[in-house]
Amino acid sequence: MAINKEFESAKNWYINNYKEFSAGLNGLSKSFFTPLRENAIKDLGKLGFPTTKNEEWRYTNISPLLKNNFIPAAASREISLHFEDIKNKLFTGFEHHLLVFINGIFSEELSSVSNIPSGVIVDSFGKLLRNNPEVIEKYIDNFNNVQTAFDALNTAYTTDGLVVIVPDGKVIDKPVQALYLNGDDENNVLISPRNLVIVGKNSHASVVTVYEPGAEQKYFTNITTNIFVDENGNLDLYKIQNESEDSYHIEKVDAVQNKQSVFSHYNILFGGGLVRNDINTAMNDEFIETNYYGLYLGNNKQHIDNHTFVDHAMPNCVSNELYKGILDDKAHGVFNGKIMVRKDAQKTNAYQSNKTVLLSKEATIDTKPQLEIFADDVKCSHGATIGHLDDEAYFYIRSRGIPAELAKSILIRAFANDVVEKIKIDGLKEQINHLIFEHLHRIEI
Amino acid sequence: MIKIKDLKAEIEGKQILNGLNLEVNPGEVHAIMGPNGSGKSTLANVLAGNEGYEVTGGNVTFFGKDLLEMAPEDRAREGLFLAFQYPIEIPGVSNSTFLKTAINEIRKYKGEPEITAKEFLQLMREKSEILGMTDSLINRSVNTGFSGGEKKRNEIFQLLMMNPKLALLDETDSGLDIDALKIVSKGVNEFRSNDNAVIVVTHYQRLLNYIVPDFVHVLYKGRIIKSGTKELALELEEKGYDWVTNGELQETAV
Amino acid sequence: MSEDMKVVEDLTQSEYKWGFVTDIDADEAPKGLNEDIIRFISAKKNEPEWMTEWRLKAYRHWLKMVEPSWHNVKYPKVNFQDIKYYSAPKRKPQLESLDEVDPELLKTFEKLGIPLEEQKRLAGVAVDAVFDSVSVATTFKETLAEKGIIFCSISEAIRNHPDLVKKYLGSVVPYTDNFYAALNSAVFSDGSFVYIPNGVRCPMELSTYFRINAMDTGQFERTLIIAEDNSYVSYLEGCTAPMRDENQLHAAVVELVALDNAEIKYSTVQNWYPGDKNGKGGIYNFVTKRGACRGKSSKISWTQVETGSAITWKYPSCILQGDNSVGEFYSVAVTNNFQQADTGTKMVHIGKNTRSTIVSKGISAGRSNNSYRGLVKVLKGADGARNFSQCDSMLMGDKCGAHTFPYIEVDNDSAMVEHEATTSKVGEDQIFYLNQRGISTEDAVNLIVNGFCKEVFNELPMEFAVEAQKLLAISLEGSVG
Repeated sequence: MAINKEFESAKNWYINNYKEFSAGLNGLSKSFFTPLRENAIKDLGKLGFPTTKNEEWRYTNISPLLKNNFIPAAASREISLHFEDIKNKLFTGFEHHLLVFINGIFSEELSSVSNIPSGVIVDSFGKLLRNNPEVIEKYIDNFNNVQTAFDALNTAYTTDGLVVIVPDGKVIDKPVQALYLNGDDENNVLISPRNLVIVGKNSHASVVTVYEPGAEQKYFTNITTNIFVDENGNLDLYKIQNESEDSYHIEKVDAVQNKQSVFSHYNILFGGGLVRNDINTAMNDEFIETNYYGLYLGNNKQHIDNHTFVDHAMPNCVSNELYKGILDDKAHGVFNGKIMVRKDAQKTNAYQSNKTVLLSKEATIDTKPQLEIFADDVKCSHGATIGHLDDEAYFYIRSRGIPAELAKSILIRAFANDVVEKIKIDGLKEQINHLIFEHLHRIEI
Repeated sequence: MIKIKDLKAEIEGKQILNGLNLEVNPGEVHAIMGPNGSGKSTLANVLAGNEGYEVTGGNVTFFGKDLLEMAPEDRAREGLFLAFQYPIEIPGVSNSTFLKTAINEIRKYKGEPEITAKEFLQLMREKSEILGMTDSLINRSVNTGFSGGEKKRNEIFQLLMMNPKLALLDETDSGLDIDALKIVSKGVNEFRSNDNAVIVVTHYQRLLNYIVPDFVHVLYKGRIIKSGTKELALELEEKGYDWVTNGELQETAV
Repeated sequence: MSEDMKVVEDLTQSEYKWGFVTDIDADEAPKGLNEDIIRFISAKKNEPEWMTEWRLKAYRHWLKMVEPSWHNVKYPKVNFQDIKYYSAPKRKPQLESLDEVDPELLKTFEKLGIPLEEQKRLAGVAVDAVFDSVSVATTFKETLAEKGIIFCSISEAIRNHPDLVKKYLGSVVPYTDNFYAALNSAVFSDGSFVYIPNGVRCPMELSTYFRINAMDTGQFERTLIIAEDNSYVSYLEGCTAPMRDENQLHAAVVELVALDNAEIKYSTVQNWYPGDKNGKGGIYNFVTKRGACRGKSSKISWTQVETGSAITWKYPSCILQGDNSVGEFYSVAVTNNFQQADTGTKMVHIGKNTRSTIVSKGISAGRSNNSYRGLVKVLKGADGARNFSQCDSMLMGDKCGAHTFPYIEVDNDSAMVEHEATTSKVGEDQIFYLNQRGISTEDAVNLIVNGFCKEVFNELPMEFAVEAQKLLAISLEGSVG
């Protein structure tokens, strides 16, 4: 029962901290969001943190995370960084609007958003909550979906995040890049970004979120991202997670799609000590397309857990999923992909594939591709493979004079390529290719 | 150039090479023929350093260096090239990236400067023309989705691009129609010079009409049991392998 | 409604053919479970003291356990005090030949389509029939005895071969394993025991026919098969149950042990009463089946055709301990009406170069739910382990469900694991094509479904394969298929 005690005390820590935290909310406290926070704290009390007995957390033990009493990052803080300090953390090579968040708090000085089409909102969640809460209150339903302890934790403690709202018939000319620089020099902080991306009818947006470490101390990034793509809308959401290996990183993405919309999620994971992503999409209508692409690279003792869920509730929708992983050293990967095809979802096409390469004796993977099907006229398939680099190909490359380590990285690049090539922003694609090798401590060719 | 002495090797515990001897000098073309299972492909793979094969005896020197001690990539850098019987598909890696990397690694090993993009392109153009290869083939992933013939042609393309000292052709003729055979042979003949050598491993005499060997060896049960000139190949074609292997059986029976 | 849907409907409306009750007075234990009942069972069976103790230990452990709830099936709680744990036909089964068997019983077997005598003469299948709880007659004993093969009821083995039973009983499925295994260990009534000595290839298929007869009896049979070095045995198991409104519990345990180079092939055709078309009655089939490939290069192969039971919950598994050992699982599971099946396998790779193959075909019709649940686990030391899994589902109609829950856990970088799953339906274009070639829609559906299951049927011994195909047609005639 030691575990439960630990889980209880962690829960109480975050419940007890709430009073002090809410007292510091100042201008934020009067918004429509405050009752949601208070409910969330109650939910946290009821839900408790999940143990490995919970099927959804079977392979991910969060007790190392809970051992730390993270201090919720304050709603505002002096920021002494300059653009020069953050420049090398950005993805360049493509034009973008930039929003920078330090420990989850928006930094106006470091950000640059200009010439956005009228009606389009690219802004800070906190700022809007203070000044124009009605802009986001419209989407309150998207916030009222607390299902897990981490969700509740985010709702209670969030003060800021990225908001992109593209009204009907608009297109943002260039991608929005949101850089989250996380960690504090003194405290072990809890960072709770809340992202909201709304794409209207016939609209189009491309958003790149980047999570990077900014300080020495341990930290815990706990993100909730709410997405809504309306009829005929199209959203590409990229996540590049490169946090420190001392950190904990958990994100829940909840997407809702309307008729004929397309949502593509790209999940590129390099960093983090304990990482967990939950990516959920609900298909509200017909002719919807959902794409999930994931690449996870683990080394040292990283633990990387991806849970994805596509809920085919309506007919004639398509989902594609490709998650690939490369695990070295003592890294532990977890993949749980669930496809639900409900009774009415005839003519569904759903594909899912998870492939993992283990590079070391100590690396491990637990994978569970899962189909739940209640309609008969559907095409669904999933596959999972686990293996090592192809010995024959390895020899072939070396027989052409290429050294062993480089041969290995060529094969790794080739393996990752299926996912990387899906990235639609060329400048981003190149840099990610580069990062793959940097992360695996291998040589660039 | 290469001296093979009493070479013995096995795969998965099964002895395949039983004391093979062969010496090849610059400017020479040697054909190694033999029935299925005689050890032809094993010889090619052992020389290139495939770790699936275990050398259990003998030695091989390549320009005076101990070949068997070297990693596969070092053998390649020293100038040994194996055209694979079954070229490997590597999805996601383009032919040109692959070749450029290989050429630069070899240059680096020799202390030479890297090939410039312009030089590389020129070389590609020149060599692909010899083989009548299209750009699309070159830009595709290595061997991925290639037909059998395209794969073989790509092996010879790599041979010309890398210009090694010793080319080992492992059943390069298998699965080729007559037109493809001619193109592949043309590539190999283009490669031949007084400074380099070729070992052609083949089951059939057919290829030797186009790549004319200086010496022909018959491999049987892991040993060379008969050597001769190109006429030997014709004789084999006419009389079949039984003609020599029967003799071998009698010899060993004594 | 499309043509094939109509066929499904027609087929689903057919009745369970094997629902009849044999009228033989049973020698029963009163309802309920306590230590006295266990002592009663043990005493009835003239068991030695150590066996009684083992049962009691299992019972005490069971009391501490809770019923599992993780599977994807729903059913009202079983009242374990409302079940009779022992029911034996009145005449004692110490019979030397079939002539001595109660003629009523023999008739039952005939109705089931497995006349013992016919089989004895024609099929060359040795049958150990478990009628309710006691093994009735074992045929072909003498032929087998000549080779040193022991094929008898487990009760007999406990009395006559105590050393073997002590050594292996519970060694693959300990009574602590799960709720139903613990219950079975406490109250098991009878079952089969097979011992194949070193170097012996069993000359015929061994077969057991299980049948649940008396009202309110849970059937708890226990099977133990041991294959010594370099031996081979193929074992067939068939099951039926009469029609009853209440749900009956069946909680069996099967343990297989294969030593060096030994091979055990275990085939099951399960056709317990599935309940009526409104979901009333039917068997709860909660079974633990596990094989241990203890020896190097040993092989255990499970093949099952599951068409019956209201609820099926079983995962025939292989523990691949010996280097180069092989585990196989071939399964066809058909559910119709309100049936629920949660079935699959576990392949645990421990030894080096161990290989496993999983082929699972699930067919759902009516309002049924059919789940594949499997685990492929590769332990750290299992260098060179290989697994290939193929799990296909076919849905008939839009009121049923097909689910796949494969768990893959790999702790070794030299392992290669591949899992594939697809879902499909009987295509109208396929039916049309066959119609156009002069084949009726009903036959077309049968053809397609049989084709879908072919890989599994190919693994069944001939006489079972024929039976399985018929069962499929009836069951999906019970549903489609």
